[in-house]
Amino acid sequence: MALATDNTQGMSWHRTATSRFLDKGFFWLTAAFGIGVGIILLAIAFQVGRDAIPSIQKFGLGFLTATRWNPVEDIYGAWTQIYGTLVTSFMALLLAVPVGVGVAIVLSEDFLPPRLQKPLVFMVELLAAIPSVVYGLWGIFVLAPLLQGPAMWFYKTFAGVPVLGSLFSTPPTGRGVYIAGIILAIMILPIISAISRDALVAVPLELRQAAYGLGASRWETLFRVIIPAAFSGIVGGVMLALGRAMGETMAVTMLIGNSSNPSPSLFAQGSTISSLLANQFAEADGLQVSSLMYAALVLFGLTLLVNILAELLVSRVKLKM
Amino acid sequence: MTPNLESALQTDTVFRTDNLDIYYGSFKAVRDVTMEIPKNAITAFIGPSGCGKSTVIRCFNRLNDLIKSFHIDGKIFYKGQDLYASDVDPVEVRRQIGMVFQKPNPFPKSIYDNIAFGPRLLGYKGDMDELVERSIKSAALWDDVKDKLKSLGTDLSGGQQQRLCIARAIAVQPDVILMDEPCAALDPISTLKVEDLLQELKENYTIVIVTHNMQQASRSSDYTAFFNVQANEKGQRTGYIVEYDRTEVIFQSPKHKATQEYVSGRFG
Amino acid sequence: MTSQDFSLSSGRSLKRSQMSFKTLFSNVMTGIAFACAIIALIPLVALLYYLLINGFARLGPQLFTQLPPPPYQPTSPQFNTGGFGNAFIGTLMTVGIASAISIPFGVFASIFLSEFARDTKLADSINFFTNVLSGVPSIVMGVFAYGAIVLTTKSYSAMAAGVALAVLMLPTIVRTATEALESVPKELRQAAFGLGATNYQTILGVVLPAAIPGIITGVMLGVARAAGETAPVIFTALFNNFWNLDPWKPTATLSALVFNFAGTPYKNWQQLAWSAALVLVALVLIANILSRWITQRKR
Repeated sequence: MALATDNTQGMSWHRTATSRFLDKGFFWLTAAFGIGVGIILLAIAFQVGRDAIPSIQKFGLGFLTATRWNPVEDIYGAWTQIYGTLVTSFMALLLAVPVGVGVAIVLSEDFLPPRLQKPLVFMVELLAAIPSVVYGLWGIFVLAPLLQGPAMWFYKTFAGVPVLGSLFSTPPTGRGVYIAGIILAIMILPIISAISRDALVAVPLELRQAAYGLGASRWETLFRVIIPAAFSGIVGGVMLALGRAMGETMAVTMLIGNSSNPSPSLFAQGSTISSLLANQFAEADGLQVSSLMYAALVLFGLTLLVNILAELLVSRVKLKM
Repeated sequence: MTPNLESALQTDTVFRTDNLDIYYGSFKAVRDVTMEIPKNAITAFIGPSGCGKSTVIRCFNRLNDLIKSFHIDGKIFYKGQDLYASDVDPVEVRRQIGMVFQKPNPFPKSIYDNIAFGPRLLGYKGDMDELVERSIKSAALWDDVKDKLKSLGTDLSGGQQQRLCIARAIAVQPDVILMDEPCAALDPISTLKVEDLLQELKENYTIVIVTHNMQQASRSSDYTAFFNVQANEKGQRTGYIVEYDRTEVIFQSPKHKATQEYVSGRFG
Repeated sequence: MTSQDFSLSSGRSLKRSQMSFKTLFSNVMTGIAFACAIIALIPLVALLYYLLINGFARLGPQLFTQLPPPPYQPTSPQFNTGGFGNAFIGTLMTVGIASAISIPFGVFASIFLSEFARDTKLADSINFFTNVLSGVPSIVMGVFAYGAIVLTTKSYSAMAAGVALAVLMLPTIVRTATEALESVPKELRQAAFGLGATNYQTILGVVLPAAIPGIITGVMLGVARAAGETAPVIFTALFNNFWNLDPWKPTATLSALVFNFAGTPYKNWQQLAWSAALVLVALVLIANILSRWITQRKR
């Protein structure tokens, strides 16, 4: 904390006590808030963890693998929701990563004139800021009806196929895991393309010139030099998007159907940890609240893990460039 | 302007430019470059900052194509072929005319992979280990790196990085190596090493080098072109060639006063 | 070494070969990249299109002054009454509470980060935690506020939602304010110290005012995000069909209204949901454009 006094030492000989007190006080005030920001994360973990204790004591780690979520009998297990969270998130990544990286490449190279490129970049950033509930609203009234036809075709064509067929084994309805996965893909697309674009643009011009100077074409330069150099940044962006997808609540809650029955089918209705929380918190009490807290703790831990990994990857890129 | 280079130039010409004007948008960066660059010799471009010497050298392998507003008037011939003809592929041009840049720019890959990058692009089917070794040896870097070919090229010292970049350019066996101030970012000892290397390379390659360092030009090159810059009434600065001749003529008995002043260090 | 043993590069033509595999590969890849861009644009353009069409259908001043209409009401123009005035006030109230908590908290924290602890290990780790905090799902903030406030006061309240949204806004504010403070030139600080100003006089009197545009940018982005957030609100502020100005009582918000009304079968409530969504998106749009304008003017 020696930093704080550096600036004042030279003039302290005719400072009043009040002035010195104010200076010290100001420093400690800002320090308290600064450190406060750092420990909020701990405060959240502590608060949620404490309220989850009764459920942790009752169900233990079995909570993570049990598939029954039954408020009537007061028996809780969150595997269905954990599975739903993972399936929707990975489905979203599967759809959004190739498209998002493609968009990032188009927006980082000079394919488009700057007059067209700049507004597009701005639009991508803006779309990342549209509230989740608006995507949900659009999903209910536009996307879900639109997906009915293709989903039915998929069901009729693939339901009988062994292994793969189990993914499409139930008839699609207006709500379901697949719609949630698709809306999540649309929502995380702007994040992936914005961060991937940043990583691609940050690759030093010299490397690009070196590759061109050796006679590499544009795509050879991209595949052999630029994308490898930006790779950890792109992966960081994908991880951030995964964290967002796992925690995303409103659009998923509005479209997934909120069924606690486990099913491997993408066309079945399902639930995620966050949709469970959104649906049940307002009407819960007793052990159910505690179990919801436990589920929230699981979600918190999952996203924390993903985000810390992403943060380390993205900051490593910043250091290198 | 026709350089008066007597018989030396009649042997073999690699580049010939014909009233070359270079523009960025409507801004004329360089005007009226007419010159011939001979084979298996070192030709140096010298001149004050902003005189367009780097701009000209980047026209020789069409690296300026990467800048949207760039265009030229006039012609550049490479071994008799019009470099800017519409059916010429700039990528192909760059495969035959290598370039070494001001700042060493190794890829963040291993030393081996840096060298092998170009040959792999070309689909080289021969003995890659042998080619890598030969290229590194040609760049006088073998003793420094022979035990650590798998370590990152970016971990080498600045001078070693630049010789790695030269080795990387050599690996595709170009006809010409363009060097844009290759020693600007190096310490004096590394600079001397690169200069020694230039003398060895000129037996097999034609070298065009842009340099700020007049001793370097006088020590290393066979021919020297002195560029200067002139501002018009709107304040736009356009570069042009003042004098182009054998290096000893430029440095000992230049015909123009500006050249005399520049090489004796009175301006620039 | 001679160049004959390397037949690949020397003596080849410079001509472009139209039929080569490489040209084909380049063209195909460029095609794929553009296809990606178009695939990405379709849903996003469709979203904005439907939002505008459906959102404007009912837009008018009554939206902001009236309570929600009873359901089943026909949607013909003469019945086009009712609005989300209570939810609009509720959003202002919850976001206001969140701002009142997070702005001073965040600005003081960034003063510490930029003025006292810059380039120290402590600042690095606080920045790291801030970034991780910004990735915590918003619903977890809601769970936190539920445990900390709803359970202790035994009532859903605007205050609980405000706390959840404050935690949500904090990382944005800290990050932008720290950036803004750090970009204030060193000379300005030296000038103030040279005149005998103390630390807090320099910071509050000179550095902070110079950084205000950047801080406002961060606050606007934070406010816009908080206004649209739904997950941390639906079980902290809950909802309220009537006017409420008491921060300790359940309160309607625009985002919760979109969620609640979108799921109903009533046409007029669905229309209200679209209009509320349009208001929220307009807020985000305005905040982003303004913040861009402010940062560009500064440069």
